[in-house]
Amino acid sequence: MTTVRRTDVLVVGAGPAGLAAAARLAAAGAGRVEVLERETQPGGVPRHCAHGGFGTWTRPLTGPGYAALLTDAAERAGATLRTGTTALDWGTGPVLTAVGPGGPETIEARAVVLATGARERPRTARLVPGTRPAGVCTTGELQQAVHLFGQHIGTRVVVAGAEDVSYAAAGTVRAAGAEVVALVTEHPRAQTGRTRAQAARLVHGIPLLTGTTVTELLGRARLSGVRVRHRDGRTAVLSCDTVVFTGDFVPDHELARRGGLTLDPGTRGPAVAGSLHTSRPGVFAAGNLLHAVEPAGTAAHEGARAARAVLDFLAGAPWPGPGVPVTVEAPLRWIAPNRVTPGARATRHVLRTGTPLTRPVLYVRQDGRLLHRERPRPATVLPNRPLPLSARWHDHVDPEGGEIRVSTT
Amino acid sequence: MTVTADGPLPEQTYDVAIVGAGVVGCAIARELARHPRLSVALVEAQDDVGQGTSKANTAILHTGFDATPGTQEARLVREGYRLLGAYAAETGIPVERVGALLVAWDEEQLAALPGLAAKAGHNGYTETRLLGTAELYAREPHLGAGARGALHIPGESIICPWTTTLAYATQAVRAGADLHLNTAVRHVARADGHRLSTSRGTLHARRLVNAAGLHADTLDRVLGHRDFTVTPRRGQLLVHDKLARPLVRHILLPVPTALGKGVLVAPTVYGNVLLGPTAEDLHDKRATGSTAEGLAALREQGRRILPALLDEDVTAVYAGLRAATEHEDYRIAAHPGQAYVTVGGIRSTGLTASLAIAAHVTRLLAGTGLDLGPAADLDPLTMPNLGEAFPRPYQRPDLIAADPAYGTLVCHCERVSRGEIRDALRSTVPPRTLDGLRRRTRARAGRCQGFYCGAAVRELFERGQTGGDTP
Ligand SMILES: Cc1cc2nc3c(=O)[nH]c(=O)nc-3n(C[C@H](O)[C@H](O)[C@H](O)COP(=O)(O)OP(=O)(O)OC[C@H]3O[C@@H](n4cnc5c(N)ncnc54)[C@H](O)[C@@H]3O)c2cc1C
Ligand SMILES: Cc1cc2nc3c(=O)[nH]c(=O)nc-3n(C[C@H](O)[C@H](O)[C@H](O)COP(=O)(O)OP(=O)(O)OC[C@H]3O[C@@H](n4cnc5c(N)ncnc54)[C@H](O)[C@@H]3O)c2cc1C
Repeated sequence: MTTVRRTDVLVVGAGPAGLAAAARLAAAGAGRVEVLERETQPGGVPRHCAHGGFGTWTRPLTGPGYAALLTDAAERAGATLRTGTTALDWGTGPVLTAVGPGGPETIEARAVVLATGARERPRTARLVPGTRPAGVCTTGELQQAVHLFGQHIGTRVVVAGAEDVSYAAAGTVRAAGAEVVALVTEHPRAQTGRTRAQAARLVHGIPLLTGTTVTELLGRARLSGVRVRHRDGRTAVLSCDTVVFTGDFVPDHELARRGGLTLDPGTRGPAVAGSLHTSRPGVFAAGNLLHAVEPAGTAAHEGARAARAVLDFLAGAPWPGPGVPVTVEAPLRWIAPNRVTPGARATRHVLRTGTPLTRPVLYVRQDGRLLHRERPRPATVLPNRPLPLSARWHDHVDPEGGEIRVSTT
Repeated sequence: MTVTADGPLPEQTYDVAIVGAGVVGCAIARELARHPRLSVALVEAQDDVGQGTSKANTAILHTGFDATPGTQEARLVREGYRLLGAYAAETGIPVERVGALLVAWDEEQLAALPGLAAKAGHNGYTETRLLGTAELYAREPHLGAGARGALHIPGESIICPWTTTLAYATQAVRAGADLHLNTAVRHVARADGHRLSTSRGTLHARRLVNAAGLHADTLDRVLGHRDFTVTPRRGQLLVHDKLARPLVRHILLPVPTALGKGVLVAPTVYGNVLLGPTAEDLHDKRATGSTAEGLAALREQGRRILPALLDEDVTAVYAGLRAATEHEDYRIAAHPGQAYVTVGGIRSTGLTASLAIAAHVTRLLAGTGLDLGPAADLDPLTMPNLGEAFPRPYQRPDLIAADPAYGTLVCHCERVSRGEIRDALRSTVPPRTLDGLRRRTRARAGRCQGFYCGAAVRELFERGQTGGDTP
């Protein structure tokens, strides 16, 4: 028999976003707050990021340290964390089916917060041709293999990508005692801070191959090498027994899609305004499900923001209309939040570009009318790096007008 | 119950040795194992059953509607379809009778449909029906624009090829057949029966069955025959995310042209959507890699058939090699003087025909003078279910109540439980690699390809391998 239970708020995913939402909700007296987490431990991705880069300036933490801090806060506030339990599908309304060692269950909630996070696209989704040997993984798998299970990962490793997560992957490879053969990126330069890129190249002697793509995997049972092609047409084989495909994040949006939530075509996560209401009444979303990916701190802030909206909703606030869609023009790839509800509390946006931009100007238009122009603070904006846009223009949006377009021209 | 993968081979002389543990060799071993008096060895070069073409096909249980009437292939496919359909229902191999639509995209193809319906009739298949565009688009609302009509073949079905091969092997081994893995047969000498020189030493057998797939011609030559040459024809395929499954209801077939059957779009029993295969004649029998050109060509064709498919992520890319020969039929032949049966040229329908081929080969062996002895019923078998049309363990309260390990999901994309992984590691023909585990459970086969679960699955696998506890 499937058990049926009730709770006030059901949070799906115990990563930074879900844990922060749960802590805030439980502390604010939202009633019973339950978090479903399919892994055996709460914490989300930071669980296996055994490197620094989390927490705050004043209190820097490693990923696991950060995960423990957030878990602790949620539990102390009185939220119930249920690990080993997977949310599977939807009933009618804010109702989810789930399964865990106790069997299948249906959980009826007054509100649901989706915080299912994001993942890297693997080799298959990137359509990299060649053989199908062992030794092909993503950073997520690499970090878990090394930091959670102490597994052997090979001896010579090529890292596909040169953004922050790629450098984290290279660090994990070195921590495991293996050699990083090279970082390979199709972009003209690394998409990380200058110090980090230089440290990798000069201190650790890791070559960075720019303008270069992995075009084929070689080897039978085990990877024996990757073929790469430079922009100028030259090809070469890098001999290696492991390749890590890093970055190229996508939201883990299965549950959102199964629930019929309207998705944003750019982010491929649920379409939301700054208040984080989705198109399905009673269902909110937060964290990297909305933007793959932002730092953990951003995800946690958003979780707290979603909690505020949930509290208003539980107190009787009506479900808002869909808002005015915000879309981007190439080379911009996506923008989040991607809806604007005029009159609502304004929150700033974050974007991504597909190509490097030097001294860009962002133009915001609605029905051909220029609402706003802004010169983003970093003079050079790289792919895979955050590009912020203020919300100062929200008041000028015509709620009855057409979609808002953000472009660089 | 014997499966070996290393060490010396037994010294006994087997009644029958079968070379090749693909779907065909395993089916033959299972059929022979029904005769308790026979001793049977199934000899395989690789470290698992079904590692050749049998693991990399389009997984369709064919009615045989489009076979060349009168050929041996037409007869064995028709018979195999019936036999495997019944066997699957008995053993829990997932099969879905989704039916196929042969879609015509221009006047010429439209004009060809009645002829194909007539051909199906000659093959004894009379349930085809012509559909106009209105009914076609009502059945397949996501089909690309411009289709002119279709021929509906309601019997075409989808099946799990891995479970099929594994079910045969499991039953054969449980009934007493010996499965020797990592055993490549290199030479065969006639000396009071057959003396097989293998990578693991010598194996003796009174009778020999060649079910070596792509290498059946090589082995046939070792025995002095030059009846056929295998030219591998590569088929590359793309598997799409489960979120694509609602886009298609039938197997969408192209109208065959002189160049081959063309590219199809088909659901899989796991709930994915396949696009492929290519058809490339090659010389290298190991060329199972995919190519940029092949994938681009498939996506180009897929865009026309089912445009929305291109927006979904690809979760697997693979390529299989059809054992094509210069003949337009299977090459199954008995050589009674040599106590030898060749099962060659089992090109693009061998999964479907496997049980019929096995029955046929068993009759041929009897014809070479093999005394089969009495036949006994095999112990009933229930295979773990990998199909989405039937309850998976995580959906079964009864199973989880009895053992919570079935409610503990390890591979989240494919919803594979710890219990299923443990069972596979303890099964009659256990996996020896993570890929083998994937084919038995689907663990790591989903959209994340291990981002979430890869290391955890590997941990369970390695602990199981070392005889450790897999709670
Ligand atoms: C390799 C890597 C390195 C990173 N390094 C840094 C860094 O150095 N600094 C930094 O600030 N950020 C870093 N990040 C980003 C940071 O990890 C994320 O921003 C943060 O984890 C996002 O939090 P989240 O809660 O949105 O999602 P996640 O952390 O991904 O958590 C989502 C959770 O939801 C669970 N879940 C999903 N679906 C279901 C379901 N159906 N049922 C139950 N549970 C479910 C998942 O198991 C997971 O635990 C890194 C990310 C990666 C991948
Ligand atoms: C792209 C594609 C799509 C297909 N689609 C379908 C379909 O939808 N439906 C269908 O019914 N059929 C389909 N087929 C055909 C089907 O897959 C094959 O007919 C079938 O798998 C052949 O099985 P087999 O056992 O003869 O060969 P294999 O599976 O290749 O097995 C032969 C085995 O012999 C072993 N071997 C070879 N030489 C030696 C040696 N010297 N010593 C020891 N072992 C040896 C090999 O390692 C291998 O495991 C398709 C094929 C392809 C390529």
